[in-house]
Amino acid sequence: MLRIECPCCGTRDHGEFRYGGDAAVERPAHDNSDPDAWYRYVYVRSNPKGLHQEFWQHVLGCRQWLVVERDTVTHSIRSVSFSRRQRA
Amino acid sequence: MGRYSIFSLLRHAATGNRGWQRAWRAASPKPSYDVIIIGGGGHGLATAFYLAENHGVRNVAVLEKGYIGGGNVGRNTTVIRSNYLLDGNTQFYEYSMKLWEGLSAALNFNVMFSQRGQLVTAHSADQLDAFAHRANIMRSNGIDADILDRQQVRKLVPYLDFSETARFPIHGAIFQGRAGTARHDAVAWGYARAASCHGVDIIEGCEVTGFLRDDERIVGVETTRGHIGAGRVGLAVAGHTSVLGQMAGLELPIESHLLQAFVTEPVKPLVNHVIAYGADHFYLSQSDKGGLVFGGNLDGYNSYSQRGNTGVLREVCEAAIALMPNISRLRLLRHWGGIMDMTPDASPIISPTPVEGLYLNGGWCYGGFKATPASGWCFAHMLATGKTHPLIEGYGLDRFRTGYLLDEAGAGPFAWLQ
Repeated sequence: MLRIECPCCGTRDHGEFRYGGDAAVERPAHDNSDPDAWYRYVYVRSNPKGLHQEFWQHVLGCRQWLVVERDTVTHSIRSVSFSRRQRA
Repeated sequence: MGRYSIFSLLRHAATGNRGWQRAWRAASPKPSYDVIIIGGGGHGLATAFYLAENHGVRNVAVLEKGYIGGGNVGRNTTVIRSNYLLDGNTQFYEYSMKLWEGLSAALNFNVMFSQRGQLVTAHSADQLDAFAHRANIMRSNGIDADILDRQQVRKLVPYLDFSETARFPIHGAIFQGRAGTARHDAVAWGYARAASCHGVDIIEGCEVTGFLRDDERIVGVETTRGHIGAGRVGLAVAGHTSVLGQMAGLELPIESHLLQAFVTEPVKPLVNHVIAYGADHFYLSQSDKGGLVFGGNLDGYNSYSQRGNTGVLREVCEAAIALMPNISRLRLLRHWGGIMDMTPDASPIISPTPVEGLYLNGGWCYGGFKATPASGWCFAHMLATGKTHPLIEGYGLDRFRTGYLLDEAGAGPFAWLQ
């Protein structure tokens, strides 16, 4: 089990959360008509062996979407923050 | 290396079994090869064998960072089947099945292919309809498929939960009699031995750390055992396709996820088939040693660590007991994890890449074992001729750009849901 420190609810097992994938991917602007940009957004992933920024939603808690920075080899978590504030 | 036969068995028995040679040559890297295959798993070794056998390309090296049989070819649950729905997959996996049926003879190595039959249980009338659709497509492609009703399933596998209290009552099943299992280690060893007999160099303990380039073209690899030149390089590294791809400057539609597998303590013969549970992602078979081998879902977040978590362990055991209550007292002997290269449409990639001289065989999700012979066959064709074999036209890397996905699981572009 990963232990994710939710900024609202405290440290919880990851079974309370839903995984949301790579958080480093940039969504193209809504009116972007470049197919390559959309292809990269939908499909291409850097898939790092090491630190990975990823979305998790605390579905059985506060239901907030979080950005978790986690090592994909050791599973150690470096940081957890609200995904909302990342964009600001 | 002599051929294995009843006579070699008797001859060695008469001389105290002291004359057996190692199954494949321990090779050291030569300065260069026509083809280098990175990854000494089932797919890499099969590719090397068919390069030599079908195309006469024998100046080939297979580079394995660990030892042969120590990667995903030794980490799967050995199930072989060809019950696919989508055009492109259906024909490819059936071709693989046909190769499996003659594999022990072709390799002169007993891969213990056991066509015990596989059934997938249906738990609603709608699901059985969907299975009938699948069975019709399989039959129209010359693949054996049967639809069984509840009574027929009960007669075949009476130990499943047919009680009034079953959480998801069994309505019927789809059955493929030619499906089964094979000894996964023997597949790796058999391909390694047969390839080595053809002159292929199998180099263990040789990790690729980079690529050699001449302008944009790849002309070899840097390894922990020095630089090795190559006419063409084929990537067949389950779990680490992204890592190797990044070294070559490739951006790929792949995520690495962990899949666990489980074995119980051995019991007397109980499960004669491969059984998949249609109400959840769960399947089991019984090994020749007696252990029940089973597996379930991915852990579901990016991972390169080959160990799992207890959440999935619990889910898998719940599914096992819901399907087969009589195994609830069995102890789990061990479980392990392997890293799967998950693609956004659950289908593999066998393709040339934007990097000249580099070819990719990867993204097998968790279904790579059954595909081993056909994957090697078609990848060898690509490496020898530079052309795409008709069976793998759907597996090109550009399908994500063109929109011609093979989304067998229908889960959308979310690798962890495939």
